[in-house]
Amino acid sequence: MRFVDEYRDADKARALAARIAALCEPGRQYRFMEVCGGHTHTIYKHGLEDYLPETVTLVHGPGCPVCVIPMGRVDDAVHIARQSEVILTSFGDMMRVPGGEGSFFDAKANGADIRMVYSPLDALKLARQHPDRHVVFMAIGFETTAPSTAMTVLRAAAEGITNFSVFCNHVTIIPAIKAILDSPDLRLDGFLGPGHVSTVIGARPYEFIAAEYGKPLVVAGFEPLDLLQSIYLLLKQLSEGRAEVENQYRRVVPWDGNPVALRAVAEVMELRPYFEWRGLGFISHSALRVRDTYAAFDAERRFTVPGVRVADPKSCQCGEVLKGVLKPWECKVFGTACTPETPIGTCMVSPEGACAAYYNFGRFTRSRVKEATAR
Amino acid sequence: MNPRLPQLDREQQVLHRIERARQRAARIREDRITLAHGSGGKASRTLVEAVFLAAFGNPLLEPLEDGAECTVDGARLAFTTDSYVVSPLFFPGGDIGDLAVNGTVNDLAVTGARPLHLSASFILEEGFEVEALTRIAASMRAAADAAGVQIVTGDTKVVQRGKADGCYITTAGVGLLDRPVRLGVVHARPGDAILVSGPIGEHGVTIMLARGELDIHAELASDTAPVHGLVAHLLDRTTGVRAMRDATRGGVATILNEIATAAGVGVVVDEDAIPVRTEVRGACELLGIDPLYVACEGRIVVVVDGAEADTALAALREHPLGEAAAIVGRVTDDQPGMVLLNTGFGGTRVVDLLVGDPLPRIC
Repeated sequence: MRFVDEYRDADKARALAARIAALCEPGRQYRFMEVCGGHTHTIYKHGLEDYLPETVTLVHGPGCPVCVIPMGRVDDAVHIARQSEVILTSFGDMMRVPGGEGSFFDAKANGADIRMVYSPLDALKLARQHPDRHVVFMAIGFETTAPSTAMTVLRAAAEGITNFSVFCNHVTIIPAIKAILDSPDLRLDGFLGPGHVSTVIGARPYEFIAAEYGKPLVVAGFEPLDLLQSIYLLLKQLSEGRAEVENQYRRVVPWDGNPVALRAVAEVMELRPYFEWRGLGFISHSALRVRDTYAAFDAERRFTVPGVRVADPKSCQCGEVLKGVLKPWECKVFGTACTPETPIGTCMVSPEGACAAYYNFGRFTRSRVKEATAR
Repeated sequence: MNPRLPQLDREQQVLHRIERARQRAARIREDRITLAHGSGGKASRTLVEAVFLAAFGNPLLEPLEDGAECTVDGARLAFTTDSYVVSPLFFPGGDIGDLAVNGTVNDLAVTGARPLHLSASFILEEGFEVEALTRIAASMRAAADAAGVQIVTGDTKVVQRGKADGCYITTAGVGLLDRPVRLGVVHARPGDAILVSGPIGEHGVTIMLARGELDIHAELASDTAPVHGLVAHLLDRTTGVRAMRDATRGGVATILNEIATAAGVGVVVDEDAIPVRTEVRGACELLGIDPLYVACEGRIVVVVDGAEADTALAALREHPLGEAAAIVGRVTDDQPGMVLLNTGFGGTRVVDLLVGDPLPRIC
């Protein structure tokens, strides 16, 4: 299949793997964080780690939009969904995320009208079809999805639709990366930059990571060869003593991002003073809310939400996993109390979550898998 | 000395702990049924084990095969039932009617039985069009004729508007096990080969696109078909078949996991060997779904003695429904209970049962 197979070529992968191995200094350990959950998924889905030397470790970062939603926000959304006039719409990933009082699936089984959509425009379509109901879109995601939420609000405003609003949980990636860089227990050698986020914000906003923290970052695409090439570029920078921002995903990511998308977001949304991230705590200026001008489309203003902060379960170490301090399997409850069927922490919920990806795909050390699958 | 070794040991311990946890008896944690309980994945299995197996448990049910084998006065009968709630009722390549006949015929066929008689029960919603019901009945008749079975008994119930979605059908079937074979996934053993009879995932993707909620268009039709002829041809040509399953809800991945769990063996499959049509692959790529988990309605997974693999493959390919059959993997004694995939990219990963449902009401 065109535009897919050429990025999954095993021969090219072997050639790249040899060049990666050649760049690794003997005895040196390398730790790279893939910021984006989509990358985590690619790594496990294709078994990419089989191509890496044992000394290269990939650390799964905080870029899974579902994984960073705190429990209290899930409860708030369920509270909105329980209003009899409301149809709550959500991406499928969000449905199983546990709040303090259960997930969307549980709320749905208890009678709330919660529906899965693939796009906020589908939610707007529902609002047009059900003028007697109020349709709320559970808006989640980084800069990748914020523009589509913003464009939907702009369209709803232009059409004069009054029974539609968004429960805005959009977050921004730079403050999260900064929080990780400032974390005292951090040992990272470089970053694989989030490709989809960068299609919107560009590569320029990462320059401080190289300039101020001296860490290389390569904006990476989502096919397995994209990631291998990006790891090669990171190792090359380290071997040459450079720390720069490079763009491997140039076929999609312009250096300055997408100005149309950025304008739409700026028109509809503004930065919140602070926002709670699951596992990372409160991070200032790290999330978006709907501007006063579009207050009519803001579910937080239209409905009173409890807004109760629910502490993460004590046994859950999602925070350490999100910061890359712990590997998923090092968490106390990984795989026993916390599994994809019964997630305690959000990292176990979404297929992009570091723990779920590891549980589903990566549950074997490389040597054991090689033994078992040898032909 | 490798500084990673102590770490690997700890990781191994965690992985062992997980395997032990996976093997514990099922327990339902939810207070209410959620859509995940109908997915064919882990939640379905938990429901079946914790509620139905606990209540009905008996030696005929416990193997959890597609059909049970009952012996009556020396005659071996296969008996099975299935309900159909597919939405939409009519889709490219078929409708709920032929699906309901083919599904039950196939559940009988993969036990090695010759399908004989079917029952059909209808739950109809007040307001449902008689014309649509007539069309469904006609396609059931056509499917039954094609499969050489008769629908010999049935029932009809009507519920108030809004209490059902148009038309639900339950069929049951009996067949005669007149071959001297005993098939079952529990018989899989290391060295066996695993085959699929054709491209996978076409039914699931067709239904998804037929709902019209996604603006994706593709030339695709459901693969719904009765496989009894294909199965009979295969069993005529080779004695090495150990088990067959039709890969419906939960897809090929779910069947592979059932083989690994039931027989206590490892299963290794090669992604590149699995036949998938480009249209299905493309839709799955766009939607972030793995075709391995997408339902088929006319494809079977066959476990066959490794020495007979080529004979079985040739036999499948001789039949029109098996033209694109392929050997996709093998049974091993490593990693019992696990399914591993050699990815097309050259890596490896675990293929587990799905937790939730990528797509409810597929059949």
